[in-house]
Amino acid sequence: MSLQALKGKTGKPFSFQVDHRHIRQFARAIGDLNPLYFDEDYAKATIHGGIIAPPTFPVVITDEDGDTLDLGLDYNRMLHGEQQFIYSRPIRPNDQLTGQMKVTDVYEREGKKGTMEFLVLDTEITDEHGNHVVTSRTNIIYRPVTVK
Amino acid sequence: MKTITQFVAGQQLPPYTKDKVTKVQLVQYAGASGDFNPLHTDDTFAQKIGMPGVIAHGMLVMGFLGEYVNKIAGDAALVKNFNMRFGAMTFPKDVITCNGIVKDVYEENGKQMVVVTVTAEKGPEQIVGTGEATLEFQ
Repeated sequence: MSLQALKGKTGKPFSFQVDHRHIRQFARAIGDLNPLYFDEDYAKATIHGGIIAPPTFPVVITDEDGDTLDLGLDYNRMLHGEQQFIYSRPIRPNDQLTGQMKVTDVYEREGKKGTMEFLVLDTEITDEHGNHVVTSRTNIIYRPVTVK
Repeated sequence: MKTITQFVAGQQLPPYTKDKVTKVQLVQYAGASGDFNPLHTDDTFAQKIGMPGVIAHGMLVMGFLGEYVNKIAGDAALVKNFNMRFGAMTFPKDVITCNGIVKDVYEENGKQMVVVTVTAEKGPEQIVGTGEATLEFQ
């Protein structure tokens, strides 16, 4: 099956409310105790003017129902190759965000084990005013089927 | 790590070493991130698919680099762009060290932009992640 047909496929928009407790849990799991994520008084005095979320926080911004975008792919063949975050502004507690996933690119490359297929999935995240906050870009390697 | 006030291309940044990765941390990260793939929390499952045991979430390793990037930013810069390519797998008890080198310094719309190349490694020649961050100093 060629993956080309998936290019441009767009998921349903979903909403996501950012909770400060969630930011703290996420930062603690990483072991990142930067006061920017915990201490409002500290964060207020910085260029951020208040608490922000760690840079990789957008990975948690998914649809709770989990059916954002069904690509009909074999999950065992999917490998997370690269991740990128393109920010317009940091994420803050109480942000009312909307996310939408889209297949922005599909391409092939010749590898040692045959043709490798690649998928680029973007989750565009906007705020309650419709302004862009961050794009979370996931590059997925779709491995060839292994013949046993 | 001290706040760095001046950046020049080619400059090596102070490395940052994390506490060793623990299984409890992987459970914590699963809960906080919502990634409940048992490969990261269930040894029996991980062994069934050919691993010696659970492996760390790739995004946890990127989280370590994100921590490092915001240490470099030192409350004076916004992270505008941040990416990471995944390398070798990380296992519990691995000790990850983050390294950075300034790739580029330029001005854009009157703001100082600094591009930093960052790597996370668990030992010499054992890169678990490599990426780049663009910082906008205010």
